[in-house]
Amino acid sequence: MQTWMISPVELDGLIQQWQKSYAVYVPALSKPATAATDCAPGWRRINAGEPWTLPVGPTPASVKSFYFPQPEILMTFHLEENHPDKGVMREPLKSHEMQVVLGVRPCDAASVLLNQLPFTEDPLFMAKCQRTALVGFTCTTRLSTCFCTEMGGSPHHCAGLDLALSPLQNGFLLEVLSEKGETLVAGCKLVPASESDLAVLADRRQGQGATSSYSSQLEVLKACALSRLYDAPMWQELGEACINCGACTFICPTCFCFDMQDEVVQGQGRRIRYWDSCMFPLYSQHTSGHNPRGKKLQRTRNRFLHKLKYFPDRFGPFSCVGCGRCIGDCPVNIDIREVLNDLVRRTELE
Amino acid sequence: MNMATINDQITDEIRKEARRLLKTGEVAALIGYAAGSLPMTVKPLVVRCLEDCERLVWNTFCVLNLATYLPEVLSSVETPYDPRDPRPEEPQAKVAILATGCWSRNIVIQIQEKRVDRERVVVIGVGSRGMVSRAKVKALFPEKDILTVDEGDHELVVHGADFTETINRWAVVRDNCQTCAHPDPVLVDIRIGEPVSERKNPHPFQQVELLEQRSSEERWAWFTAEFSTCIRCYACRNVCPLCYCPTCFVDDARPQWLGKSLDAVDTGLFHVLRAFHCAGRCTDCGACESVCPMGINMRMLTKKLNKDVRDLYGIEAGMEPEAPLPLTTFPLASVEFIVADLAPLPAAARIVQPSSEGDESCKHG
Repeated sequence: MQTWMISPVELDGLIQQWQKSYAVYVPALSKPATAATDCAPGWRRINAGEPWTLPVGPTPASVKSFYFPQPEILMTFHLEENHPDKGVMREPLKSHEMQVVLGVRPCDAASVLLNQLPFTEDPLFMAKCQRTALVGFTCTTRLSTCFCTEMGGSPHHCAGLDLALSPLQNGFLLEVLSEKGETLVAGCKLVPASESDLAVLADRRQGQGATSSYSSQLEVLKACALSRLYDAPMWQELGEACINCGACTFICPTCFCFDMQDEVVQGQGRRIRYWDSCMFPLYSQHTSGHNPRGKKLQRTRNRFLHKLKYFPDRFGPFSCVGCGRCIGDCPVNIDIREVLNDLVRRTELE
Repeated sequence: MNMATINDQITDEIRKEARRLLKTGEVAALIGYAAGSLPMTVKPLVVRCLEDCERLVWNTFCVLNLATYLPEVLSSVETPYDPRDPRPEEPQAKVAILATGCWSRNIVIQIQEKRVDRERVVVIGVGSRGMVSRAKVKALFPEKDILTVDEGDHELVVHGADFTETINRWAVVRDNCQTCAHPDPVLVDIRIGEPVSERKNPHPFQQVELLEQRSSEERWAWFTAEFSTCIRCYACRNVCPLCYCPTCFVDDARPQWLGKSLDAVDTGLFHVLRAFHCAGRCTDCGACESVCPMGINMRMLTKKLNKDVRDLYGIEAGMEPEAPLPLTTFPLASVEFIVADLAPLPAAARIVQPSSEGDESCKHG
């Protein structure tokens, strides 16, 4: 795939070009309204020429809701007595129009690839992947909560993006990474990147801070017996402090658990799929009343072991991209990096 | 800044007291705080062994309410027994807990509501100088990554990769602390540090009054905008020592009171009902507001109800362990009145003024 050099003015022109055909979304910097918006919470649609800024570090909200909306309407139906359609389930109309999400960071781009693993046979999720183009910016600043390199990612990675923009002194290197990306730049007169610019990018990707040897250290967790991690004494302290809210799971780009329910208001119904959280007691409650994860400790442990053990056992990679959102927003400062360190130390003691 | 600050001294005293309490076996556990992994954060910590006493800290960022943890920690140190058997009769181990003004008032409410046995709690009282809002500090440095914050008695020194700035501490103290009239614990077994005098606060409900003065359209606009960002994570509910229903009304399935996703009506109803469930019990500790990942000011709802309860019943929650709870206690004399005549609320409320005749009072569990 091709790499181009693009100036900020040319980039603005390109975005305006997209706005003629597609909905273009950028990160919302003020408080993102979750209700009554036509797009994912934490993002906003911009019109031609409308200014926007990219925040430092990960965007306030991940891109998860573009693929996995809260809620997703699966079916609609009518229960009114004389309705001709009474009791018939109908799929809502789906949009097939391409949408462009602009300002995606490498961690979030990686999260979409991870979420595709469990959702690979889910037509709703995959349809949104089809129609969503991710235009990302590689990172030049690492926040104190960032740990993508520890999770095997990199601030300069572009996996999962359709177009990647890497800031240079007087513009951006524009990498076209997919067919969708090619569609977005089709017909544009762009200058190919020079050898020296490409060298700068290659240097960044191999240079200091681009990767971390810690990620290979973490691999021991995959090989470690589950019981060894399951019985770690640290869960007691973590579980005791955790208040079992759903903040971490809802802001996490890779938490994807859901539940389904029929909602009926005045005879009009909809079957929705909505976000659930393994932190909530009801998540694992059985019809019998028994709850296999009835204690806080068990639920806290499950969240981490799912990301670090169960998910990799089933799909390969860890289910964490190191965006650090949960670290910053946890009410009781449960820091997944500390959990990782404790678990690794435990495996090393063997 | 090299001098030991007030909070450094309090930390030392807390550790010393924790060691003594655990060593003598006076308590089986102590609920306090450990240092957090990020600037301006702390972790709640239950100390059960002497080594962990050194991890305890006290600083200006202790924004959670430790009373939330008290019932669970108390039951964790009880002699295990089969739930079908009667409770063991022998005296059960005690738990020590750090408490400022509002947290101690929540412990009082836990005693009033029979969730906590007064005899089993050792309250380590610390006068609060007001806790700092992390969100307020962050808002002063937009788009900056704060790496460390050094705490002085009256100032905070905020460090980033390319800046160091000193800010006034009181300016970033949480709104609820700034308008708090009772910073000193109302229930103390062991005193740490100097008592903090009652604040002569002329405007405890100023923020609420500003909202009340607006038109109903303006208030509705405020309400819908404020709560539109809620992600229904329930951090506000779970961090609150008042919320302990085995199944919260939002989680009930039969009947299901609320939808499960992000409908604005459902979200608004959750917040309104949660606030009403806290009426007459909320101590304005501010934990709900402090932990909200979306920065929602849901405290305005409980604060408004605190004002109503004060105006109607002349009561501030949790000030006296012996006092009746305003909304679950009524004198028998008022029963006939309530049945006979549905008079306007303020008149009815006046009759429900706490009765001096203890045996005349009925209590609802």
